[in-house]
Amino acid sequence: MSGLELINFYVIPGLISGSIYALGAIGITLIFGILRYAHFAHGDMATLGAYVALGLVGSLALSPWVALPIAMAITALVAVVLDRVFYRHLETRPKILTVMASLGVALMLRSVVQVVWGVDPQVYSTGIVRAESYGGLMLRSRELITFATATGLVLFLMAFLRYTRWGKAMRAMSDNPELARLCGVNNEAVTRLTWVIAGALAAAAGFFLGINTELNTMMGWSALLAMFAAAILGGVGRVEGAVVGGLVIGLVEELSVLVLPSQYKMATAFVILILILLVRPQGIFKGKVL
Amino acid sequence: MNPVLVMHQVRGGYGDADILHGVSLTVNPKEIVVIVGPNGAGKSTAMKAVFGLVKIRDGAILFEGEEITGWKPDAIVRRGISYVPQVKNVFAEMTVHENLEMGAFLAKSVKAEAFERIYTLFPDLKAKRNALAGSLSGGQRQMVAMGRALMLNPRLLLLDEPTAGLSPKYMEQIFQICRDVRDTGVAILLVEQHAKQALAFCDRGYVLATGSNRHEGAGQELLNDPEIAQMFLGG
Ligand SMILES: Nc1ncnc2c1ncn2[C@@H]1O[C@H](COP(=O)(O)OP(=O)(O)O)[C@@H](O)[C@H]1O
Ligand SMILES: [Mg+2]
Repeated sequence: MSGLELINFYVIPGLISGSIYALGAIGITLIFGILRYAHFAHGDMATLGAYVALGLVGSLALSPWVALPIAMAITALVAVVLDRVFYRHLETRPKILTVMASLGVALMLRSVVQVVWGVDPQVYSTGIVRAESYGGLMLRSRELITFATATGLVLFLMAFLRYTRWGKAMRAMSDNPELARLCGVNNEAVTRLTWVIAGALAAAAGFFLGINTELNTMMGWSALLAMFAAAILGGVGRVEGAVVGGLVIGLVEELSVLVLPSQYKMATAFVILILILLVRPQGIFKGKVL
Repeated sequence: MNPVLVMHQVRGGYGDADILHGVSLTVNPKEIVVIVGPNGAGKSTAMKAVFGLVKIRDGAILFEGEEITGWKPDAIVRRGISYVPQVKNVFAEMTVHENLEMGAFLAKSVKAEAFERIYTLFPDLKAKRNALAGSLSGGQRQMVAMGRALMLNPRLLLLDEPTAGLSPKYMEQIFQICRDVRDTGVAILLVEQHAKQALAFCDRGYVLATGSNRHEGAGQELLNDPEIAQMFLGG
C-alpha cells in the first residue's frame, strides 16, 4: 500500500471521526471539570442535535449547512433545560446520582428521537458525492467543511476560555470552585454557560457524524465510549486534551483495521481507555484524576 | 474613630454544633490584629464567620458600623472585605495575572493601575505574571493569594495563616508586606501559628481557645505575660 492510499483510506477518515469525537469530548471534559460528573447522555444529545438539523432540512428545506448553527442553538437550549429539570436538584447529593440520572436522560432523549423521526437510518441529502483530488489527496467537500468547522469551533472556544471574563470564570470554577465563589463568581451562570457550550458542540458532533455517514438513533450512544476515552486520554478538564484525545482515538480506530479484524474497531477505544487509566490516569495534559 | 470590624459575642458553627461560643473582637482602622491559639481553637472559624461562611446563631458582626451578620460572601466582598483562606488559596492552573483578574471579577472592568498597585506591592510577582500560580514557591503563592484579595481595594483584609509552611525569610517578607498594605490604609486581621513572631509584629492580639476569647491586648503585652507564654507560646 502506498503512502497516499494509507492517507486517503485510513488517515483522512480517522481525522474526520477524530474531529467528531473531539467535539463531543470537549463537552464531556468541561462538564466533568466544572460540574464534576460523567455525563452519559452526551452521545444522545449529539443524536438529538443531528436529528434537529434533519428536521430543519426536511421541514424548512434548508441546506444542511444552514441548519447546523440553528440546530446547535436549539440543542444548547435543550441542554440548559435538561440541566434545570433533571440535574440541578441533585447538585448537593452524591455525584453518582447525577451520573445515573444522565443515563436515564440518555434513554429518554433517544426515545424522543425514535418517536419523532423513526428508527430507520436517514441522510441529510441523497446522491453520491465524489471526492476530489488535491494532488493525490482525495477529499470530499463535506470532509473539508467538517475539518474547517471543527477547527473553527475549537479555536473559538479556546479564545473564549482564555481571553474573556466569563471564560476565565469557567476555568476558575474548574480549577478551584471554593475560591471562585469567594471571588464572586456565580455558580449558576457558569453552569448554564457550560451547558450552552456542551450542548452546541454535541449537536455539531452529531451533525458531522450524520453528514459524513448517515443518521441513526444509536449513533450518539455508539460514539459515547470513544468520546469518553478521548476526554480521559487528553486529561479530564482539558479542552486541548479532548481535541488531541479525539484525534488519537479516531486515528487509532481507523488504523487498527490494518492489523486487526475490522469488527474489533469499536473495541480499540476501550483498550486505549483501560491503558491510559492504568498507565497515566491524569491523561496526556495532566487533567484531574477521576 | 469607629472600628473597622466588630465581632460581638458570636456563637455558631458549620452544622448543628457550635464551634464558636461567644467570640468578640475589634479591628480599628490601620490596625494589624492577630488571632493566636492552639490547633482547633476556632481561629479559622472565627475568620470565616466574618466572611459569611459559617452559620451564626447568636451575636453580631459589624463592618464600618453596618451589621453584616448573615451576608453572603460576594456581598461582603462588595462591601469591602477580602479573605485569603489558609489552603487552596490560588487558582493553580491560571497565571499570576489571571489570578489577579479573578480577584477583581466583581468589578467587571479593571484599570491597569489596579494591577500596577499589586505588582508594586509584590515585585516578585511582576516577573512571574505569566507563570501558572501552581508552579510558584509557597511564599510566592501566598503573595498571589494576597494580591488577588487586594485587587478590589478592600478596607479589611482577612489572612488565615499566611506564613504556614514558609521559611523564616519568607515569613519576614510576608509580615513586611502586611505592614506595607496597612500603610496604604487597609486594616488586617490575621490568624497565625507562629504566635511569638506574630505577636511581636502586630498591633494587638487575641488568644482564642476552645471557641472562646482567653486573652487580649497589645502584642508586646501578651508576649510579656508569663501565663500566656506558658499556656500558649510554649514557655
Ligand atoms: N468545614 C468544617 N466543618 C465542620 N467542622 C469543622 C470545619 N472546619 C473546622 N471544623 C471544626 O471546627 C473546630 C475549629 O476548627 P478551626 O477553626 O479550623 O481551628 P483553628 O483554625 O483554630 O485550628 C475544629 O474542631 C474542627 O474540627
Ligand atoms: Mg486554622
